[in-house]
Amino acid sequence: MTNSPGRHLAQLNIGTLLHPLDDPRIAGFTNALDRINALADAAPGFVWRLVDDGGANATELRPFGGDVIVNLSVWESREALWNFAYRSEHLELLRERRAWFRRPDGPHLVLWWVPAGHVPTTREAGERLALLREHGPSPRAFTFRDAFDPESAPV
Amino acid sequence: MEDIEAVGLLQDAVRRRLYEFVAAQGREVSRNEAAEAVGVARTLAAFHLDRLAAAGLLETASRRLSGRSGPGAGRPAKVYRRAAGERGVSLPPRDYRTAAELLAEAAEDARLDDAVRAAARRRGAAAGPCRDEAEARARLTERGYEPFVDADGDGGEVVRLRNCPFHALAEDFPPLVCGMNLALVEGLLGEGSGLVARMDARAGLCCVAISKNNEH
Repeated sequence: MTNSPGRHLAQLNIGTLLHPLDDPRIAGFTNALDRINALADAAPGFVWRLVDDGGANATELRPFGGDVIVNLSVWESREALWNFAYRSEHLELLRERRAWFRRPDGPHLVLWWVPAGHVPTTREAGERLALLREHGPSPRAFTFRDAFDPESAPV
Repeated sequence: MEDIEAVGLLQDAVRRRLYEFVAAQGREVSRNEAAEAVGVARTLAAFHLDRLAAAGLLETASRRLSGRSGPGAGRPAKVYRRAAGERGVSLPPRDYRTAAELLAEAAEDARLDDAVRAAARRRGAAAGPCRDEAEARARLTERGYEPFVDADGDGGEVVRLRNCPFHALAEDFPPLVCGMNLALVEGLLGEGSGLVARMDARAGLCCVAISKNNEH
């Protein structure tokens, strides 16, 4: 495990919706939201996730564009996030992503280390995604496949 | 240690039986338990288990084993489990791993999930449908899945798969490769076996679980 005292892993994932959230063609996604969010909240190593004024999820927040929804969260380690994303019911949801989201034209998921207790903003997250898109994976902005240890990251 | 040397260690029959026993448990195993299962003395088992650990085929830890009392009960015991690292030998040298990674990357970029699943389902179904659960488990074993029966939490049973034959690739491309894997298992089971495969990903196991189809 790469649990590192004092460091947590932040992740931003954005997706461009093919249809509005109240469209029946996207019901498979919206109907699963509460269940999957509850799964995340209860997952080992979960620390925090962004929610809008509704308090249940972040689907009303659109800092990256009118049809772009955002998922911003913090985890104790890379393994904790990986196990939730790819070793839980969440994986089943991911397999259906093509039916709900436009094919991304570049990186849409970015990871970076934050001091424990830090709550990332969408602005900060957007900067990390821009870093990844412009310069590729680095200790300041990386992906699951090209991950960096917490020790390598500048604070 | 080079892969070929590590694999060569398994030529010893006792060592190989010990390795296979520990691997099949999917948990930590003590020296006593391994020695009893294989039918050799504890000291001989310990010698071989430590050789396997030194070669990186097993991982070790120190645990206080429960259920013991009296003098010495508090002393930690050495336990063994299969190492996570992979060993492979190919003669002549082949590198299908790099080819698989490149193809997976291209398939993911092009969003070919559906085409990959269709190909996997056809491949799984090539041998015809399984007649019953025993045949299904035999075929899964043949493909390296290491099936075992687990409680499903509802008083029933479910077959889970201890090993993911596509592990490294699935770590890098989870939705694509796990979706491919599910389709392969679905094809392998076929219609009429009374068994259904579904995605039920858990840490440390293959993402697929197989249960009896009660609608039949």
